[in-house]
Amino acid sequence: MSIYQPEKECMDRDEIKKIQSEKLVWQVKRMYENVELFRQRMDAKGLKPEDIKGVEDLSKLPFSYKQDLRDYYPYGLFAVPLKDVVRIHASSGTTGKQIVVGYTRNDLKIWDECMARQLVAAGGSDESIVQVSYGYGLFTGGLGAHGGAEHIGATVVPTSSGNTQRQIQTMIDFKSTILCCTPSYALYLGETVEEMGVKDKLSLKAGVFGAEPWTEDMRKAIEDKLGIKAHDVYGLSEIMGPGVSYECECQKGMHINEDNFIAEIIDPDTGEVLPEGSTGELVFTTITKEAFPVIRYRTRDICSLNYERCECGRTFIRMNKPTGRTDDMLIIRGVNVFPSQIEEVLLRLGANVTPNYQIIVDRVNNSDTLEVQVEMSEDIFSDDVKSIEKIEKTIKDNLKSVLGLSAKVTLVEPKSIVRSEGKAKRVIDNRKL
Amino acid sequence: MFIKQISVFIENKLGKLSKLTDVLGKNDIDICALTIADTTDFGVLRMIVNDPDKAVEVIKETGMIVKCTDVIAVTVEDKPGGLTHTLETLENKGINVEYIYAFIGKNKEGATVVIKVDNPQEAVDALGPENNIELVDAESLYR
Ligand SMILES: [Zn+2]
Repeated sequence: MSIYQPEKECMDRDEIKKIQSEKLVWQVKRMYENVELFRQRMDAKGLKPEDIKGVEDLSKLPFSYKQDLRDYYPYGLFAVPLKDVVRIHASSGTTGKQIVVGYTRNDLKIWDECMARQLVAAGGSDESIVQVSYGYGLFTGGLGAHGGAEHIGATVVPTSSGNTQRQIQTMIDFKSTILCCTPSYALYLGETVEEMGVKDKLSLKAGVFGAEPWTEDMRKAIEDKLGIKAHDVYGLSEIMGPGVSYECECQKGMHINEDNFIAEIIDPDTGEVLPEGSTGELVFTTITKEAFPVIRYRTRDICSLNYERCECGRTFIRMNKPTGRTDDMLIIRGVNVFPSQIEEVLLRLGANVTPNYQIIVDRVNNSDTLEVQVEMSEDIFSDDVKSIEKIEKTIKDNLKSVLGLSAKVTLVEPKSIVRSEGKAKRVIDNRKL
Repeated sequence: MFIKQISVFIENKLGKLSKLTDVLGKNDIDICALTIADTTDFGVLRMIVNDPDKAVEVIKETGMIVKCTDVIAVTVEDKPGGLTHTLETLENKGINVEYIYAFIGKNKEGATVVIKVDNPQEAVDALGPENNIELVDAESLYR
Protein backbone atom coordinates (compact mmCIF):
# COMPACT_ATOMS: atom_id res chain seq x y z
CA MET A 1 0.00 0.00 0.00
CA SER A 2 1.44 3.41 -0.81
CA ILE A 3 2.08 6.34 1.49
CA TYR A 4 0.82 9.74 0.40
CA GLN A 5 3.47 11.99 1.95
CA PRO A 6 6.34 9.73 3.09
CA GLU A 7 8.48 12.80 3.80
CA LYS A 8 6.01 13.68 6.55
CA GLU A 9 4.31 10.42 7.49
CA CYS A 10 7.65 8.62 7.91
CA MET A 11 9.58 11.46 9.51
CA ASP A 12 12.24 10.79 12.07
CA ARG A 13 10.82 10.91 15.63
CA ASP A 14 13.30 13.64 16.57
CA GLU A 15 12.22 15.63 13.56
CA ILE A 16 8.54 15.27 14.57
CA LYS A 17 9.34 16.50 18.05
CA LYS A 18 11.24 19.47 16.65
CA ILE A 19 8.37 20.46 14.36
CA GLN A 20 5.83 20.03 17.14
CA SER A 21 7.86 22.25 19.46
CA GLU A 22 8.24 25.03 16.92
CA LYS A 23 4.58 24.99 15.98
CA LEU A 24 3.39 24.78 19.57
CA VAL A 25 5.39 27.87 20.53
CA TRP A 26 3.95 29.70 17.52
CA GLN A 27 0.39 28.60 18.33
CA VAL A 28 0.54 29.53 22.03
CA LYS A 29 1.85 32.98 21.20
CA ARG A 30 -0.80 33.79 18.59
CA MET A 31 -3.61 32.35 20.67
CA TYR A 32 -2.51 34.39 23.66
CA GLU A 33 -2.77 37.48 21.49
CA ASN A 34 -6.03 36.63 19.75
CA VAL A 35 -8.22 34.42 21.95
CA GLU A 36 -9.49 36.11 25.08
CA LEU A 37 -10.48 32.93 26.95
CA PHE A 38 -7.06 31.37 26.39
CA ARG A 39 -5.32 34.54 27.60
CA GLN A 40 -7.45 34.58 30.75
CA ARG A 41 -6.64 30.95 31.50
CA MET A 42 -2.92 31.50 30.94
CA ASP A 43 -2.98 34.55 33.18
CA ALA A 44 -4.85 32.64 35.86
CA LYS A 45 -2.01 30.10 35.87
CA GLY A 46 0.57 32.87 35.82
CA LEU A 47 1.85 31.69 32.47
CA LYS A 48 3.27 33.81 29.66
CA PRO A 49 3.72 32.55 26.09
CA GLU A 50 7.52 32.75 26.61
CA ASP A 51 7.23 30.05 29.30
CA ILE A 52 6.35 27.53 26.61
CA LYS A 53 9.57 26.59 24.84
CA GLY A 54 8.59 23.25 23.32
CA VAL A 55 6.50 20.09 23.65
CA GLU A 56 8.11 19.35 27.01
CA ASP A 57 6.13 22.32 28.39
CA LEU A 58 2.79 21.17 26.99
CA SER A 59 1.50 19.82 30.30
CA LYS A 60 1.83 23.28 31.88
CA LEU A 61 -0.87 24.65 29.57
CA PRO A 62 -4.53 24.94 30.58
CA PHE A 63 -7.14 22.51 29.26
CA SER A 64 -10.03 23.49 27.02
CA TYR A 65 -13.49 21.96 26.95
CA LYS A 66 -16.52 21.45 24.78
CA GLN A 67 -18.44 23.79 27.05
CA ASP A 68 -16.11 26.62 25.94
CA LEU A 69 -17.57 26.39 22.44
CA ARG A 70 -21.05 26.85 23.84
CA ASP A 71 -20.05 29.71 26.10
CA TYR A 72 -18.33 31.57 23.26
CA TYR A 73 -20.88 30.67 20.57
CA PRO A 74 -20.53 31.25 17.69
CA TYR A 75 -17.24 32.98 16.85
CA GLY A 76 -15.79 33.89 20.24
CA LEU A 77 -12.87 31.46 20.12
CA PHE A 78 -11.70 32.19 16.58
CA ALA A 79 -8.07 33.33 16.35
CA VAL A 80 -8.41 35.14 13.03
CA PRO A 81 -10.79 37.84 11.78
CA LEU A 82 -13.91 36.44 10.10
CA LYS A 83 -12.78 37.70 6.71
CA ASP A 84 -10.03 35.05 6.79
CA VAL A 85 -12.48 32.29 7.59
CA VAL A 86 -13.61 30.51 4.44
CA ARG A 87 -15.72 27.70 5.92
CA ILE A 88 -17.88 27.07 8.97
CA HIS A 89 -18.88 23.68 10.35
CA ALA A 90 -21.08 22.97 13.30
CA SER A 91 -22.39 20.03 15.20
CA SER A 92 -25.38 19.90 17.42
CA GLY A 93 -24.40 18.70 20.83
CA THR A 94 -26.80 16.25 22.38
CA THR A 95 -27.76 18.97 24.80
CA GLY A 96 -28.13 22.66 24.25
CA LYS A 97 -26.49 24.92 21.73
CA GLN A 98 -24.67 23.69 18.69
CA ILE A 99 -20.93 24.17 18.55
CA VAL A 100 -19.33 26.16 15.76
CA VAL A 101 -15.86 25.83 14.23
CA GLY A 102 -14.15 27.71 11.40
CA TYR A 103 -11.41 27.11 8.85
CA THR A 104 -9.04 29.37 6.91
CA ARG A 105 -7.99 28.45 3.39
CA ASN A 106 -4.80 26.97 4.83
CA ASP A 107 -6.76 24.97 7.43
CA LEU A 108 -8.78 23.38 4.64
CA LYS A 109 -5.60 22.53 2.71
CA ILE A 110 -4.19 20.75 5.77
CA TRP A 111 -7.48 18.96 6.37
CA ASP A 112 -7.52 17.77 2.75
CA GLU A 113 -3.97 16.49 3.16
CA CYS A 114 -4.82 14.61 6.33
CA MET A 115 -7.82 12.93 4.71
CA ALA A 116 -5.71 12.26 1.59
CA ARG A 117 -3.23 10.35 3.77
CA GLN A 118 -6.11 8.18 4.98
CA LEU A 119 -7.48 7.52 1.53
CA VAL A 120 -4.07 6.59 0.14
CA ALA A 121 -3.47 4.34 3.16
CA ALA A 122 -6.74 2.61 2.21
CA GLY A 123 -5.43 2.03 -1.32
CA GLY A 124 -6.87 5.18 -2.86
CA SER A 125 -5.31 6.97 -5.83
CA ASP A 126 -6.31 9.19 -8.73
CA GLU A 127 -7.90 6.10 -10.25
CA SER A 128 -10.27 5.56 -7.32
CA ILE A 129 -13.96 6.30 -7.41
CA VAL A 130 -14.82 7.52 -3.94
CA GLN A 131 -18.45 7.47 -2.87
CA VAL A 132 -19.01 9.84 0.02
CA SER A 133 -22.11 8.70 1.90
CA TYR A 134 -21.46 10.84 4.94
CA GLY A 135 -23.98 13.60 5.37
CA TYR A 136 -22.97 16.84 3.65
CA GLY A 137 -23.60 20.13 5.35
CA LEU A 138 -22.60 21.52 8.70
CA PHE A 139 -21.44 18.05 9.77
CA THR A 140 -17.72 17.63 8.93
CA GLY A 141 -18.03 14.07 7.59
CA GLY A 142 -19.23 14.75 4.05
CA LEU A 143 -17.06 17.68 3.05
CA GLY A 144 -14.06 16.32 4.97
CA ALA A 145 -13.96 13.06 3.04
CA HIS A 146 -14.85 14.92 -0.14
CA GLY A 147 -11.89 17.30 0.16
CA GLY A 148 -9.40 14.48 0.77
CA ALA A 149 -10.68 12.48 -2.18
CA GLU A 150 -10.46 15.46 -4.55
CA HIS A 151 -7.00 16.20 -3.20
CA ILE A 152 -5.66 12.85 -4.43
CA GLY A 153 -7.39 13.32 -7.76
CA ALA A 154 -9.92 10.56 -7.21
CA THR A 155 -13.33 10.72 -8.85
CA VAL A 156 -15.73 11.83 -6.13
CA VAL A 157 -19.33 10.65 -6.03
CA PRO A 158 -20.97 12.90 -3.41
CA THR A 159 -24.12 10.92 -2.70
CA SER A 160 -24.39 12.19 0.89
CA SER A 161 -26.34 9.98 3.29
CA GLY A 162 -29.77 8.46 2.94
CA ASN A 163 -31.82 6.70 0.27
CA THR A 164 -30.10 3.39 0.77
CA GLN A 165 -31.43 1.58 -2.30
CA ARG A 166 -30.23 4.36 -4.57
CA GLN A 167 -26.87 4.49 -2.79
CA ILE A 168 -26.36 0.87 -3.69
CA GLN A 169 -27.53 1.29 -7.27
CA THR A 170 -25.10 4.23 -7.63
CA MET A 171 -22.34 2.14 -6.12
CA ILE A 172 -22.98 -0.57 -8.71
CA ASP A 173 -23.48 1.69 -11.74
CA PHE A 174 -20.66 4.16 -11.02
CA LYS A 175 -18.30 1.33 -10.02
CA SER A 176 -17.34 3.04 -6.75
CA THR A 177 -14.15 1.58 -5.29
CA ILE A 178 -13.98 3.35 -1.93
CA LEU A 179 -16.89 4.07 0.41
CA CYS A 180 -16.81 6.77 3.10
CA CYS A 181 -19.57 6.89 5.73
CA THR A 182 -20.34 6.14 9.37
CA PRO A 183 -19.76 2.51 10.38
CA SER A 184 -23.39 2.00 11.38
CA TYR A 185 -24.49 3.19 7.97
CA ALA A 186 -21.86 0.97 6.31
CA LEU A 187 -23.31 -1.99 8.15
CA TYR A 188 -26.81 -1.01 7.11
CA LEU A 189 -25.66 -0.70 3.49
CA GLY A 190 -24.01 -4.12 3.83
CA GLU A 191 -27.19 -5.67 5.16
CA THR A 192 -29.20 -4.16 2.34
CA VAL A 193 -26.64 -5.36 -0.24
CA GLU A 194 -27.07 -8.81 1.25
CA GLU A 195 -30.87 -8.58 1.08
CA MET A 196 -30.69 -7.44 -2.54
CA GLY A 197 -28.17 -10.18 -3.34
CA VAL A 198 -25.91 -7.81 -5.27
CA LYS A 199 -22.57 -8.21 -3.49
CA ASP A 200 -20.90 -9.60 -6.62
CA LYS A 201 -21.97 -6.57 -8.64
CA LEU A 202 -19.97 -4.18 -6.42
CA SER A 203 -16.54 -2.82 -7.36
CA LEU A 204 -15.79 -1.70 -3.79
CA LYS A 205 -12.33 -2.46 -2.44
CA ALA A 206 -12.08 -0.38 0.71
CA GLY A 207 -14.06 1.73 3.10
CA VAL A 208 -13.14 4.61 5.38
CA PHE A 209 -15.50 4.75 8.33
CA GLY A 210 -15.63 7.05 11.33
CA ALA A 211 -17.54 9.64 13.34
CA GLU A 212 -18.91 7.13 15.83
CA PRO A 213 -17.52 4.28 17.91
CA TRP A 214 -17.50 0.78 16.42
CA THR A 215 -16.05 -2.56 17.35
CA GLU A 216 -13.73 -5.09 15.72
CA ASP A 217 -16.67 -7.45 15.29
CA MET A 218 -18.60 -4.76 13.50
CA ARG A 219 -15.58 -4.27 11.25
CA LYS A 220 -15.61 -7.96 10.37
CA ALA A 221 -19.33 -7.84 9.61
CA ILE A 222 -18.91 -4.81 7.32
CA GLU A 223 -15.88 -6.29 5.56
CA ASP A 224 -17.73 -9.51 4.99
CA LYS A 225 -21.01 -8.06 3.79
CA LEU A 226 -19.42 -5.52 1.43
CA GLY A 227 -16.33 -7.53 0.46
CA ILE A 228 -13.92 -4.74 1.40
CA LYS A 229 -11.14 -3.77 3.77
CA ALA A 230 -12.60 -1.38 6.36
CA HIS A 231 -10.41 1.43 7.71
CA ASP A 232 -11.12 3.33 10.86
CA VAL A 233 -10.74 7.10 10.65
CA TYR A 234 -10.91 9.32 13.70
CA GLY A 235 -11.79 12.94 14.01
CA LEU A 236 -13.98 15.47 15.68
CA SER A 237 -14.99 18.86 14.44
CA GLU A 238 -13.46 20.66 17.44
CA ILE A 239 -10.06 19.41 16.29
CA MET A 240 -10.67 19.41 12.53
CA GLY A 241 -13.03 16.70 11.35
CA PRO A 242 -12.32 13.20 10.01
CA GLY A 243 -8.61 12.61 9.43
CA VAL A 244 -7.15 13.62 12.80
CA SER A 245 -5.88 10.05 12.81
CA TYR A 246 -6.12 7.35 10.20
CA GLU A 247 -5.67 3.66 9.83
CA CYS A 248 -3.12 2.03 7.55
CA GLU A 249 -3.37 -1.44 6.00
CA CYS A 250 -2.14 -3.05 9.24
CA GLN A 251 -5.47 -2.12 10.93
CA LYS A 252 -3.77 -1.93 14.29
CA GLY A 253 -4.60 1.54 15.50
CA MET A 254 -4.88 4.92 13.84
CA HIS A 255 -1.80 7.00 13.01
CA ILE A 256 -2.16 10.48 14.45
CA ASN A 257 -1.25 13.27 12.05
CA GLU A 258 1.41 14.45 14.46
CA ASP A 259 2.69 17.25 12.25
CA ASN A 260 -0.66 18.95 12.98
CA PHE A 261 -1.91 17.50 16.25
CA ILE A 262 -0.27 16.62 19.54
CA ALA A 263 -2.00 13.89 21.54
CA GLU A 264 -1.79 13.25 25.27
CA ILE A 265 -3.48 10.72 27.53
CA ILE A 266 -4.58 12.06 30.89
CA ASP A 267 -6.38 10.89 33.97
CA PRO A 268 -9.86 12.37 33.44
CA ASP A 269 -10.31 12.98 37.17
CA THR A 270 -6.99 14.57 38.12
CA GLY A 271 -5.88 15.94 34.75
CA GLU A 272 -2.44 14.35 35.23
CA VAL A 273 -0.62 13.16 32.10
CA LEU A 274 -0.39 9.37 32.26
CA PRO A 275 2.70 7.30 31.40
CA GLU A 276 3.16 5.96 27.85
CA GLY A 277 0.76 3.16 27.01
CA SER A 278 -1.80 3.99 29.71
CA THR A 279 -5.49 4.15 29.02
CA GLY A 280 -7.16 7.45 29.81
CA GLU A 281 -8.78 10.49 28.27
CA LEU A 282 -7.45 11.61 24.93
CA VAL A 283 -6.43 15.27 24.75
CA PHE A 284 -5.47 17.13 21.57
CA THR A 285 -3.59 20.31 20.79
CA THR A 286 -3.90 21.66 17.26
CA ILE A 287 -0.55 23.20 16.35
CA THR A 288 -1.19 24.33 12.79
CA LYS A 289 -4.88 25.29 12.91
CA GLU A 290 -5.35 29.01 12.21
CA ALA A 291 -9.06 29.85 12.47
CA PHE A 292 -10.15 27.71 15.39
CA PRO A 293 -7.16 26.34 17.29
CA VAL A 294 -7.41 24.47 20.57
CA ILE A 295 -4.88 23.82 23.29
CA ARG A 296 -5.21 20.61 25.29
CA TYR A 297 -8.79 19.96 24.24
CA ARG A 298 -10.54 17.30 26.30
CA THR A 299 -12.08 14.90 23.76
CA ARG A 300 -13.84 12.76 26.41
CA ASP A 301 -12.73 9.72 24.39
CA ILE A 302 -11.03 7.01 26.37
CA CYS A 303 -8.16 5.25 24.64
CA SER A 304 -4.41 4.58 24.72
CA LEU A 305 -1.49 5.58 22.49
CA ASN A 306 0.88 3.11 20.87
CA TYR A 307 4.48 4.33 20.43
CA GLU A 308 5.74 1.16 18.74
CA ARG A 309 6.95 1.46 15.19
CA CYS A 310 4.23 0.33 12.75
CA GLU A 311 4.98 -2.28 10.10
CA CYS A 312 3.67 0.05 7.39
CA GLY A 313 6.70 2.31 7.78
CA ARG A 314 4.88 5.36 9.14
CA THR A 315 6.45 6.89 12.22
CA PHE A 316 3.38 8.70 13.50
CA ILE A 317 2.21 7.16 16.76
CA ARG A 318 -1.06 5.28 16.76
CA MET A 319 -4.12 5.67 18.95
CA ASN A 320 -6.18 2.63 19.75
CA LYS A 321 -9.86 2.67 18.98
CA PRO A 322 -11.59 4.59 21.79
CA THR A 323 -13.22 2.09 24.13
CA GLY A 324 -15.75 4.53 25.43
CA ARG A 325 -16.34 8.09 26.42
CA THR A 326 -15.97 9.69 29.79
CA ASP A 327 -19.39 11.20 29.25
CA ASP A 328 -21.37 8.31 27.80
CA MET A 329 -20.23 5.83 30.32
CA LEU A 330 -23.34 4.66 32.11
CA ILE A 331 -23.29 3.96 35.78
CA ILE A 332 -25.91 1.30 36.41
CA ARG A 333 -26.38 0.04 39.93
CA GLY A 334 -22.89 1.38 40.62
CA VAL A 335 -21.29 -0.53 37.76
CA ASN A 336 -19.54 1.29 34.89
CA VAL A 337 -21.05 0.23 31.61
CA PHE A 338 -19.91 1.27 28.15
CA PRO A 339 -22.34 0.72 25.27
CA SER A 340 -19.42 -0.76 23.31
CA GLN A 341 -19.25 -3.67 25.77
CA ILE A 342 -22.87 -4.52 25.07
CA GLU A 343 -22.25 -4.29 21.36
CA GLU A 344 -19.34 -6.73 21.62
CA VAL A 345 -21.56 -9.25 23.36
CA LEU A 346 -24.23 -9.06 20.68
CA LEU A 347 -21.78 -9.29 17.82
CA ARG A 348 -19.88 -12.18 19.35
CA LEU A 349 -23.02 -14.31 19.21
CA GLY A 350 -22.22 -14.82 15.56
CA ALA A 351 -23.63 -13.65 12.27
CA ASN A 352 -27.03 -14.87 13.37
CA VAL A 353 -27.93 -11.87 15.47
CA THR A 354 -28.26 -8.54 13.77
CA PRO A 355 -26.16 -6.09 15.68
CA ASN A 356 -28.81 -3.41 15.76
CA TYR A 357 -29.69 -2.79 19.37
CA GLN A 358 -30.71 -0.17 21.88
CA ILE A 359 -29.92 0.19 25.56
CA ILE A 360 -32.68 1.50 27.78
CA VAL A 361 -31.82 2.53 31.31
CA ASP A 362 -34.49 3.45 33.80
CA ARG A 363 -35.02 3.69 37.51
CA VAL A 364 -37.85 1.77 39.12
CA ASN A 365 -38.38 1.89 42.89
CA ASN A 366 -34.97 3.50 43.41
CA SER A 367 -33.21 0.74 41.55
CA ASP A 368 -31.64 1.03 38.11
CA THR A 369 -32.93 -1.18 35.35
CA LEU A 370 -31.07 -2.12 32.20
CA GLU A 371 -32.88 -3.34 29.16
CA VAL A 372 -31.23 -4.30 25.89
CA GLN A 373 -33.50 -4.46 22.89
CA VAL A 374 -32.18 -6.53 20.04
CA GLU A 375 -33.72 -6.74 16.62
CA MET A 376 -34.98 -10.14 15.49
CA SER A 377 -33.59 -11.40 12.23
CA GLU A 378 -34.76 -13.94 9.72
CA ASP A 379 -32.05 -16.48 10.37
CA ILE A 380 -32.68 -16.75 14.09
CA PHE A 381 -36.45 -16.74 13.87
CA SER A 382 -38.12 -20.05 14.44
CA ASP A 383 -41.78 -20.98 14.71
CA ASP A 384 -40.76 -22.59 17.97
CA VAL A 385 -40.89 -20.24 20.96
CA LYS A 386 -38.36 -22.29 22.92
CA SER A 387 -35.51 -21.67 20.49
CA ILE A 388 -36.20 -17.94 20.50
CA GLU A 389 -36.16 -17.92 24.27
CA LYS A 390 -32.86 -19.76 24.16
CA ILE A 391 -31.32 -16.94 22.13
CA GLU A 392 -32.62 -14.40 24.61
CA LYS A 393 -31.07 -16.39 27.40
CA THR A 394 -27.70 -16.66 25.67
CA ILE A 395 -27.57 -12.89 25.26
CA LYS A 396 -28.64 -12.39 28.86
CA ASP A 397 -26.02 -14.81 30.20
CA ASN A 398 -23.24 -13.23 28.16
CA LEU A 399 -24.21 -9.73 29.27
CA LYS A 400 -24.18 -10.90 32.84
CA SER A 401 -20.68 -12.30 32.54
CA VAL A 402 -19.25 -9.29 30.67
CA LEU A 403 -20.95 -6.50 32.61
CA GLY A 404 -21.47 -8.20 35.93
CA LEU A 405 -25.05 -6.98 35.78
CA SER A 406 -28.25 -8.68 34.86
CA ALA A 407 -30.13 -7.11 32.03
CA LYS A 408 -33.55 -7.67 30.58
CA VAL A 409 -33.19 -8.75 26.97
CA THR A 410 -36.05 -8.09 24.60
CA LEU A 411 -36.15 -9.26 21.03
CA VAL A 412 -38.00 -6.76 18.90
CA GLU A 413 -39.21 -6.66 15.32
CA PRO A 414 -36.62 -5.87 12.66
CA LYS A 415 -36.02 -2.21 11.82
CA SER A 416 -38.12 -1.18 14.82
CA ILE A 417 -35.10 0.47 16.45
CA VAL A 418 -34.56 3.83 14.84
CA ARG A 419 -31.50 3.55 12.65
CA SER A 420 -30.46 7.05 11.84
CA GLU A 421 -28.38 7.28 8.75
CA GLY A 422 -26.01 9.59 10.57
CA LYS A 423 -25.20 8.60 14.13
CA ALA A 424 -26.95 5.72 15.80
CA LYS A 425 -28.84 6.39 19.01
CA ARG A 426 -27.76 3.54 21.19
CA VAL A 427 -28.66 4.65 24.67
CA ILE A 428 -31.89 5.91 26.12
CA ASP A 429 -31.47 6.91 29.74
CA ASN A 430 -34.84 7.63 31.30
CA ARG A 431 -33.46 8.13 34.79
CA LYS A 432 -34.02 11.52 36.31
CA LEU A 433 -30.87 11.88 38.35
CA MET B 1 -49.91 -33.84 1.84
CA PHE B 2 -48.07 -31.04 3.57
CA ILE B 3 -49.78 -27.88 4.63
CA LYS B 4 -47.84 -24.62 4.51
CA GLN B 5 -48.05 -22.86 7.83
CA ILE B 6 -47.05 -19.20 8.13
CA SER B 7 -45.31 -18.10 11.34
CA VAL B 8 -44.73 -14.47 12.20
CA PHE B 9 -42.68 -12.86 14.96
CA ILE B 10 -44.87 -10.38 16.81
CA GLU B 11 -43.98 -8.09 19.67
CA ASN B 12 -46.51 -8.02 22.46
CA LYS B 13 -47.43 -4.43 21.80
CA LEU B 14 -50.66 -2.71 21.04
CA GLY B 15 -51.52 -2.67 17.36
CA LYS B 16 -48.94 -5.21 16.19
CA LEU B 17 -51.45 -7.96 15.54
CA SER B 18 -54.00 -5.76 13.82
CA LYS B 19 -51.28 -4.41 11.55
CA LEU B 20 -50.70 -7.95 10.35
CA THR B 21 -54.35 -8.92 9.90
CA ASP B 22 -54.94 -5.65 8.11
CA VAL B 23 -52.23 -6.40 5.55
CA LEU B 24 -53.65 -9.84 4.94
CA GLY B 25 -57.17 -8.50 4.60
CA LYS B 26 -56.15 -5.82 2.12
CA ASN B 27 -54.52 -8.49 -0.01
CA ASP B 28 -57.57 -10.77 0.02
CA ILE B 29 -55.85 -13.42 2.05
CA ASP B 30 -58.22 -15.50 4.09
CA ILE B 31 -57.09 -16.91 7.42
CA CYS B 32 -58.35 -20.48 7.90
CA ALA B 33 -56.70 -21.09 11.26
CA LEU B 34 -54.69 -19.05 13.70
CA THR B 35 -52.90 -19.64 16.97
CA ILE B 36 -50.38 -17.70 19.05
CA ALA B 37 -47.63 -19.07 21.22
CA ASP B 38 -46.52 -16.24 23.41
CA THR B 39 -44.19 -15.10 26.17
CA THR B 40 -44.49 -11.82 28.04
CA ASP B 41 -42.54 -9.91 25.39
CA PHE B 42 -43.24 -11.55 22.10
CA GLY B 43 -45.39 -14.10 20.40
CA VAL B 44 -45.14 -16.41 17.45
CA LEU B 45 -48.28 -16.27 15.41
CA ARG B 46 -49.02 -19.40 13.40
CA MET B 47 -51.56 -19.36 10.60
CA ILE B 48 -53.01 -21.42 7.84
CA VAL B 49 -54.11 -19.16 5.01
CA ASN B 50 -55.62 -19.70 1.57
CA ASP B 51 -52.58 -18.31 -0.29
CA PRO B 52 -49.41 -18.92 1.74
CA ASP B 53 -46.92 -17.73 -0.90
CA LYS B 54 -48.67 -14.42 -1.33
CA ALA B 55 -49.04 -14.09 2.45
CA VAL B 56 -45.28 -14.50 2.94
CA GLU B 57 -44.63 -11.92 0.27
CA VAL B 58 -46.97 -9.25 1.64
CA ILE B 59 -45.91 -9.80 5.26
CA LYS B 60 -42.24 -9.52 4.26
CA GLU B 61 -43.00 -6.21 2.62
CA THR B 62 -44.16 -4.80 5.93
CA GLY B 63 -40.72 -5.61 7.34
CA MET B 64 -41.98 -8.29 9.71
CA ILE B 65 -40.17 -11.58 10.09
CA VAL B 66 -42.09 -14.44 8.54
CA LYS B 67 -41.36 -18.07 7.96
CA CYS B 68 -43.12 -20.87 6.10
CA THR B 69 -43.13 -24.32 7.70
CA ASP B 70 -44.55 -27.63 6.51
CA VAL B 71 -47.08 -29.16 8.88
CA ILE B 72 -49.65 -31.89 8.48
CA ALA B 73 -53.37 -31.84 9.23
CA VAL B 74 -55.80 -34.59 10.01
CA THR B 75 -59.55 -34.70 10.36
CA VAL B 76 -60.67 -35.87 13.73
CA GLU B 77 -64.12 -37.04 14.63
CA ASP B 78 -65.91 -34.76 17.01
CA LYS B 79 -66.22 -37.21 19.88
CA PRO B 80 -64.30 -37.99 23.07
CA GLY B 81 -60.94 -39.61 22.38
CA GLY B 82 -61.06 -38.62 18.72
CA LEU B 83 -57.47 -37.40 18.69
CA THR B 84 -55.99 -40.21 20.71
CA HIS B 85 -55.73 -42.66 17.84
CA THR B 86 -53.72 -40.23 15.71
CA LEU B 87 -51.36 -39.30 18.51
CA GLU B 88 -50.83 -42.93 19.50
CA THR B 89 -50.04 -43.88 15.94
CA LEU B 90 -47.34 -41.22 15.79
CA GLU B 91 -46.08 -42.14 19.22
CA ASN B 92 -45.76 -45.80 18.23
CA LYS B 93 -43.52 -44.82 15.34
CA GLY B 94 -41.37 -42.68 17.63
CA ILE B 95 -42.45 -39.39 16.02
CA ASN B 96 -42.32 -36.49 18.39
CA VAL B 97 -45.08 -33.88 18.15
CA GLU B 98 -43.72 -30.34 18.63
CA TYR B 99 -47.08 -28.65 18.87
CA ILE B 100 -50.65 -29.13 17.87
CA TYR B 101 -53.78 -27.03 17.42
CA ALA B 102 -57.27 -27.60 16.14
CA PHE B 103 -59.91 -25.66 14.29
CA ILE B 104 -63.31 -26.26 12.80
CA GLY B 105 -62.94 -26.26 9.03
CA LYS B 106 -65.50 -24.82 6.65
CA ASN B 107 -67.11 -27.90 5.17
CA LYS B 108 -65.99 -30.37 7.70
CA GLU B 109 -67.69 -32.70 10.01
CA GLY B 110 -65.51 -32.70 13.06
CA ALA B 111 -62.33 -30.77 13.64
CA THR B 112 -59.16 -30.30 11.66
CA VAL B 113 -56.03 -30.77 13.74
CA VAL B 114 -52.73 -29.24 12.67
CA ILE B 115 -49.66 -31.14 13.83
CA LYS B 116 -46.04 -29.97 13.70
CA VAL B 117 -43.40 -32.67 13.76
CA ASP B 118 -39.67 -32.70 13.00
CA ASN B 119 -40.05 -34.65 9.81
CA PRO B 120 -43.49 -34.28 8.21
CA GLN B 121 -42.86 -36.95 5.55
CA GLU B 122 -42.32 -39.55 8.25
CA ALA B 123 -45.59 -38.54 9.85
CA VAL B 124 -47.48 -38.75 6.55
CA ASP B 125 -46.07 -42.24 6.00
CA ALA B 126 -47.01 -43.26 9.52
CA LEU B 127 -50.58 -42.07 9.29
CA GLY B 128 -52.79 -42.52 6.25
CA PRO B 129 -55.84 -44.63 5.30
CA GLU B 130 -54.44 -47.98 6.47
CA ASN B 131 -54.70 -46.60 9.99
CA ASN B 132 -58.11 -45.15 9.34
CA ILE B 133 -56.80 -41.59 9.70
CA GLU B 134 -57.88 -38.95 7.23
CA LEU B 135 -55.03 -36.63 6.23
CA VAL B 136 -56.26 -33.29 4.98
CA ASP B 137 -54.68 -32.06 1.76
CA ALA B 138 -53.76 -28.46 1.20
CA GLU B 139 -56.30 -27.74 -1.54
CA SER B 140 -59.30 -28.72 0.51
CA LEU B 141 -58.03 -26.68 3.43
CA TYR B 142 -57.31 -23.49 1.50
CA ARG B 143 -60.67 -23.63 -0.28
ZN1 LIG C 1 0.77 1.77 10.01
